[in-house]
Amino acid sequence: MNATAPNIAPGNAPRPGPPLWLLLELTYRCPLHCVFCYNPTDFERTGPELDTQDWIRVLREARALGAVQLGLSGGEPLARDDLEEIVAEAHRLGFYINLITSGVGLSEARIRALKTAGLDHIQLSFQDSSRQMNDFLSSTRTFELKSKVAALIKQYDYPMVLNVVLHRMNIDHVQEILEMADRMGAEYVELANTQYYGWAWHNREQLLPSREQVERAEEVTRRFRERVGRPMQIYFVVPDYFERRPKPCMKGLGSLFLTIAPDGLALPCHAARMLPGLKFPNVRTSSVESIWFDSESFNHFRGDAWMKEPCRSCPEKARDFGGCRCQAYLLTGDAANADPVCDLSPHHHLITEAVERANQPRPTPAPKVEEKPLVFRTPDNSRALFP
Amino acid sequence: MTDAAISVASRPAIERGFRLQWEPAQNAHVLLYPEGMIKLNGSAGEIMKRCTGEASIADITADLERTFQATGLGNDVMAFVTMALGKKWLRIPA
Repeated sequence: MNATAPNIAPGNAPRPGPPLWLLLELTYRCPLHCVFCYNPTDFERTGPELDTQDWIRVLREARALGAVQLGLSGGEPLARDDLEEIVAEAHRLGFYINLITSGVGLSEARIRALKTAGLDHIQLSFQDSSRQMNDFLSSTRTFELKSKVAALIKQYDYPMVLNVVLHRMNIDHVQEILEMADRMGAEYVELANTQYYGWAWHNREQLLPSREQVERAEEVTRRFRERVGRPMQIYFVVPDYFERRPKPCMKGLGSLFLTIAPDGLALPCHAARMLPGLKFPNVRTSSVESIWFDSESFNHFRGDAWMKEPCRSCPEKARDFGGCRCQAYLLTGDAANADPVCDLSPHHHLITEAVERANQPRPTPAPKVEEKPLVFRTPDNSRALFP
Repeated sequence: MTDAAISVASRPAIERGFRLQWEPAQNAHVLLYPEGMIKLNGSAGEIMKRCTGEASIADITADLERTFQATGLGNDVMAFVTMALGKKWLRIPA
């Protein structure tokens, strides 16, 4: 830490506000092996997980800066047996605590302990509406268990928030997914189209739906919204590959969001570990304050001095910040390029070509017969990809 | 639910899943909810923190008028509570 370092980002970006949103990825361990996971494919190569006291120190330091929304994620955060202790401290500090979970490991004893510790909110993921597809896509047998967890969430008086990641193999089941959510008494349903990072990027050719599939799913969702007979908010997150302008990713890197990875790496978004040339700091050796305000990697993408054309002179740069740095890097090899989702990007053809390929009829859902096999998110596959 | 008619006798409470708290870093009351946050202005914060489910809208108005030595706040309070019920920040417990 250097107390004399100027808190000025390249391009004289103003000193940012506090990291209002803190995401702790407590572990990369996960009982599921989902093909669309955004976790890094090389997770087996990362260092040991932070211990309880490290996490608690991160919570205190971030809260002192003004962080207030807390996400506990992973991997599967329930794989940590100190989750209750972390939640209790976060609650004492005044965080609003969201648990983002597959539900695997959420016994009645644990949900009771988490409620007592002060957990505010649970977001439960489902992979599909049928046991067969849920279990296939996560390479596990978890559907029945998740249904039980959904009932426990209601029993302990949490709002029922379901998250289903959509892709080519389940997007045609949106009607059934919404009916399942209704039967479970869900108050909120997020139909989140896959974002292509990590394992999802690796499996993109098989996961990207056709435009017709997306449009049909949107229409089904619209009709269901009109018909559903009780309060149930349904969010349909359109996949950005089908848009002409990029998402304002993280509302600009380093403006609101701070992610701490299981090994303590501090990141301005949960996928940023992949960005080359940036040496992200680690909470084992740096304070949250110095990371957020003074580290070169967090300052790098603040402001707009890093932008290239067409973003630099674009009147929309203040709205979308040039889109997603990770997507720019994955698709073009340069994180400072415009997100190719933007149709002003000279690389936009990389998006339209991927969508064109997805629009071609293919035998679905029959992923096993395709040339390239789906790669499940497992420690073995991670080691195989990165020996 | 919010369908019931609202009157000065209604006793609004913060909606389930929401939490109101003072944030020194933002010098404001904020309303926290799953994956989001609303920063409240001064008067919204003063009204919301009185919405405990115990006090009626009339009580809340009287308390505000006493605290801020003001009169005639009734319409403003009712308008804010109505808006906040519509946004599901508040509910009227049965």
